[in-house]
Amino acid sequence: MIRLERRPQPSRLWTAVTPLLAVLLTMIVGGLMFAALGKPPLEAIRIIFWDPLFDPQFSGYSRPQLLVKAGPLILIAIGLSIGFRAGVWNIGAEGQYIMGAVTGAAVGLAVYPSDSALLFPLMIVAGALGGWAWAMIPAVLKTRFGTNEILVSLMLVYVAENILASASSSWLRNPEGMGFPGSRNFKQWPAVHNTELIPDTGMHWGVVAAFIAVIAAYVLLARHIQGFNIRLTGEAPRAARFAGVNPARIVFLCLGIAGALAGMAGLFEVTGPAGQITIDFNSGYGFTAIIVAFLGRLHPVGILLAGLLMALTYIGGELAQLMLGLPGASIQLFQGMLLFFLLATDVFTNYRIRFGSEEVA
Amino acid sequence: MDPVLLVASIMVSATPILLAAIGEMVVEKSGVLNLGVEGMMITGAVVGFAVAVGSGSPLLGFALAAVASAALSLSFGLLTQFLLSNQVATGLGLTLVGLGLSALIGASYEGVKAPSLPKLDIPVLGDLPVVGRMLFSHDIMVYFSLALVVGVWAFLKYTRAGLILRAVGESHDSAHALGYKVVRLRLAAICFGGACAGLGGAYVSLVRVPQWTEGMTAGAGWIALAIVVFAGWRAWGVLVGAYLFGGVTVLQLNLQAAGTTVPVELLSMSPYVVTIVVLVIISARGAAGAPASLGRPFHAST
Repeated sequence: MIRLERRPQPSRLWTAVTPLLAVLLTMIVGGLMFAALGKPPLEAIRIIFWDPLFDPQFSGYSRPQLLVKAGPLILIAIGLSIGFRAGVWNIGAEGQYIMGAVTGAAVGLAVYPSDSALLFPLMIVAGALGGWAWAMIPAVLKTRFGTNEILVSLMLVYVAENILASASSSWLRNPEGMGFPGSRNFKQWPAVHNTELIPDTGMHWGVVAAFIAVIAAYVLLARHIQGFNIRLTGEAPRAARFAGVNPARIVFLCLGIAGALAGMAGLFEVTGPAGQITIDFNSGYGFTAIIVAFLGRLHPVGILLAGLLMALTYIGGELAQLMLGLPGASIQLFQGMLLFFLLATDVFTNYRIRFGSEEVA
Repeated sequence: MDPVLLVASIMVSATPILLAAIGEMVVEKSGVLNLGVEGMMITGAVVGFAVAVGSGSPLLGFALAAVASAALSLSFGLLTQFLLSNQVATGLGLTLVGLGLSALIGASYEGVKAPSLPKLDIPVLGDLPVVGRMLFSHDIMVYFSLALVVGVWAFLKYTRAGLILRAVGESHDSAHALGYKVVRLRLAAICFGGACAGLGGAYVSLVRVPQWTEGMTAGAGWIALAIVVFAGWRAWGVLVGAYLFGGVTVLQLNLQAAGTTVPVELLSMSPYVVTIVVLVIISARGAAGAPASLGRPFHAST
């Protein structure tokens, strides 16, 4: 008879080991899946996890892509993790990311041929505000009316996608684009192009912002009273109320941070790697960031590593698509499985496995 | 707009959400919050479509869609009931897995046409002048979904098993102390919810659209979750909510087709906006009726 015994405190060792275990399990089950699809499993795993970094032929292109893809994922996941720590379930980061990109781009495009040095910082602020405002909708509804933030933030993703569609096909459409949908291309506008800062590294302003966010989140959660209040609200809401923590303020704080960071990520993406507002520039980073946040154990440093790993699966997935004809969707499934296995193995963090029958108390 | 056609199309458009929502209501009544409805629906949609195309039988498609989604929901059950994982995170994971899985299976079915589900030929009622075409000339799944609502209502209200299910959802510790198998019961409820979501998904791909495109459920699973809240965890409320929502969807589609001056995007986003507004009104009134143990993990030794 196997039974579980609750640990007095989560095991620190298992907290660190479970993500690795989950990656290993995902590789095994993913390998079986690739085999079932008629692809060589070991080669597929090698192409996804090894070749993008070390293959002489591909690494030149792939390595910079690692930071390009990890930047937005980390930036969004940091914001989400702060909310998840407090039990504020914002799962609509995708919407906040889109709205940040649209507002930031709109501010820039409003003064189109300007080459002021202040414009790009202004657009970043506008992007952050756009994402923040979008996240304030579930925050206000939750604190004023007690509306479930999970459902509201998610519904707002679909609303944001429709706003994006209308932006790219009408009010932000490139007037010189010969009627094609999509805004002006920011890559051809040096004043606001979020360009590579160091050649061939993939480092752009969004990646810098992500690194700053990691450090800031670490300081907030480990050293600042608001970070303590956030953790307290998540772990013991009653104790938090007795300690005088205002739950509404925590909701505003968590959703606000997450929205602003996601909005910023959207702006960096649209002025950099994506280059323009199009109907599908967003590529689902807001949802993948949820996996990154959990895989990183809701810890800033963990999220940094998890973001890089998840970026690797994106790049490796594209490579495997090219080399083996692996369906693109299999990588999506691969990422979903990773979260599933992580949650499954998490039982070891909070519980001990005991064999034998229960003693009589 | 022909009112007969309007009512008929509202019924068709409400059925997938009704199926998914009534299943999820039973799951939540047992005290489990499964946020993976969207993932189970889309899996049902692709499996139902693939089976129907392969076998030529839409009904077999529906049956296997239910089985596949129930199997998928069992993974959620395993994680949350035995490995005691966080239900919110696991439900999200289930949705992500379902979206990936469905895209993988469905890739070769894009643009394929599925055999259509025949409309029932109800002898007397179907021949009635207006009502006949409005209410009595649908396919079997529409009536099945309505029967399911009645069945769930009667099960929860009048049967002993229904009472135990509600007891487990209200206080799993008390139910456990009385000797009821909390985990076993919840697993059964999760499976039922999965099967219902699968049927709903299959209805989208086999009847409502009817073809397969990636991500085609487009948030219907999340709307089903919202409808359970709207319904105050009551079967009749789920019926009303699903049909109201079906009405909004049909109305905006008709407005799009009629080519009004309102932008298309504004119309397409309206179902989601309406859902938010309804949620706000319900929660402002005080969301009564939520099972007391909803979303709380159960571990027998504590």
